[in-house]
Amino acid sequence: MEQVFKKPEALCDVNLHYCPGCTHGIVHRLVAEVLDELEIEGKAIGVAPVGCSVFAYDYWKCDMQQAAHGRAPAVATGIKRVLPDKVVFTYQGDGDLASIGTAETVHAAMRGENITIIFINNAIYGMTGGQMAPTTLPGQVTQTSPYGRDPKTQGYPIRMSEMLSKTDGAAYIERVSVDCVKNVVAAKKAIKKAFQTQLDGKGFSMVEVLSTCPTNWGKSPVEALEWLRENMIPYYPLGVYTDKTGE
Amino acid sequence: MAEKVLVKGNEALAEAAILSGCRHYFGYPITPQTEIAAYMAKRMPKIGGVFLQAESEVAAANMVFGAAGAGARALTSSSSPGISLKAEALSYIAGCDLPCVVVNIVRAGPGLGGIQPAQSDYFQATKGHGHGDYQMIVLAPSSVQEVIHLTADAFDLADLYRMPVMIIGDGMLGQMMEPVEFDLGKRREIPPKTWATTGTEMKREHNIINSLIMNPDDLEACVRERYKRYDYIKEHEAMAEEYLMDDADFMITAYGTTARIAKNAIAELRKQGIKAGLVRPITLWPFPEKIYQKYTDKVSAILSVEMSMGQMVDDVKLAVGGKVPVHFYGRTGGNVPYPDEIIQSVLKITGGDK
Amino acid sequence: MAKVVFNEEKCKGCYLCMTACPKKIITVAKDRMNAKGFRPVEVLEMDKCIGCAMCATMCPDCVIEVFR
Repeated sequence: MEQVFKKPEALCDVNLHYCPGCTHGIVHRLVAEVLDELEIEGKAIGVAPVGCSVFAYDYWKCDMQQAAHGRAPAVATGIKRVLPDKVVFTYQGDGDLASIGTAETVHAAMRGENITIIFINNAIYGMTGGQMAPTTLPGQVTQTSPYGRDPKTQGYPIRMSEMLSKTDGAAYIERVSVDCVKNVVAAKKAIKKAFQTQLDGKGFSMVEVLSTCPTNWGKSPVEALEWLRENMIPYYPLGVYTDKTGE
Repeated sequence: MAEKVLVKGNEALAEAAILSGCRHYFGYPITPQTEIAAYMAKRMPKIGGVFLQAESEVAAANMVFGAAGAGARALTSSSSPGISLKAEALSYIAGCDLPCVVVNIVRAGPGLGGIQPAQSDYFQATKGHGHGDYQMIVLAPSSVQEVIHLTADAFDLADLYRMPVMIIGDGMLGQMMEPVEFDLGKRREIPPKTWATTGTEMKREHNIINSLIMNPDDLEACVRERYKRYDYIKEHEAMAEEYLMDDADFMITAYGTTARIAKNAIAELRKQGIKAGLVRPITLWPFPEKIYQKYTDKVSAILSVEMSMGQMVDDVKLAVGGKVPVHFYGRTGGNVPYPDEIIQSVLKITGGDK
Repeated sequence: MAKVVFNEEKCKGCYLCMTACPKKIITVAKDRMNAKGFRPVEVLEMDKCIGCAMCATMCPDCVIEVFR
């Protein structure tokens, strides 16, 4: 018999610290599979965020730098400008990328910075224990929106893929989900395309991955996937928002 | 001997950085340091370097963080309010043991303050900026020629000790033109940056640049190791100019442009029979304590002259440990202490005022 | 002929693999826990496994190896 599925080489052989059923683990694996398939582990430099995925620097075998909250695109810019032939990517959550780091994200896209961003949108702050995120849905209950997010006082959720797709510098923006096998396969394809966009020197690429946070959503991992499907996908439609890679 | 050229302080700093091997500058416009950015914008593309105007001071400093991690000699410059914003990245850079150079062409504060020369960021530079237990080496030139030498030193010290180094000046120094030589003098040997995140090329374990240490014992060990390095720096890198101190029985102390004014006051005081001399710290951190201690038996008093409400004076007091009375005279930003005002202060202390 | 191998010690008992399996042959081990305190998953009827790797695709912890 032939082995048809195993841990990708670029993923360190360690136990991930994530809660049971947290889809960060799936996306970590997809990134590692892409590093393997494109044979770029040795030339990749990843930037870890602040948030649940802060320990990402321990999980991929490529060189890693840890950034301050929200600043990963600026740190990645610094690295890429020193090493333009290397592959530089960030891995960021919604609080990091879409709240405290909005300026860094938008301007990296505006500059067409030739980096790749993997953006995990799970509609909540995980590491700090389940507070309202910029992507928390209207009505969603969190520690800091205990009566449900009321857009009148707490604002509306931010749709980053749509927003960044309006920037001239963005070359490839896609929103995917990891709620089922079919979507996980599509997510990997998008991540691979994003890295390829950078390898081809086309400019800024981002893949927004709709993910779950069973612990802070107060759901079982399986229920969380259902909640994502029923609530997040309607608000955050999947699809390609920008693709200038053919130009 | 190199040719003498007439050049502005800010531009001298930028060119000296380039001559020191800096090819990556990240900045944001703010008066009165903008000439540094403008100079870099003009020069960097011609020499294969990078000039990037960031979206904010916060981003610029974090780009320096990334570039430093990738092994480059990276520079950012700003002025007081901008340095407050860079504080976050400086803490991370120190916490990750990365080298970089940051320039503060100080303007008056607090808040938006004013754009005129000031020295009111002494506390911020030597004791403040970002969060956590860490230090930066702080270099304070007082002439355009010294700007050039200390810029070259700043990059060497940063690489040697793997820590951020600040060059602190003010608008006066940044804007004034003086004839200088672009001769960097003897440079230090820098060990290879084997820790940099340049890609493993599948030939080594991955390098991780990180300041998060969850285990308290490991964190403490890391911070203590850093402070051992700081102790070594205190012992070996403190610098000060001693001017007319051989026979001095009164010490004026001042740094940067204020020290130049103090020298004029000293010339006049000597004419009046008061043997005043000057100690001018060149490193504000490490503070040159031992140089002050040499004079505790020789001078009757010390006057710290600053363009602030009195910040360095605290370090002078700590250095002399109560063995000599330490006085203060200062003006806040834009209002520069005049030689006459310094002379009157000295006369008041020595009992010779009218 | 196909089979899956679970690295039980890495399993966190999220059971996302069970929902992904088209043959519904993955079950929770009733008789044991791993060192983390989770009841790992197991396949008792391995002859029904088609080696599609859907379980491994959904596993966040790289617990599963698939052979075909």
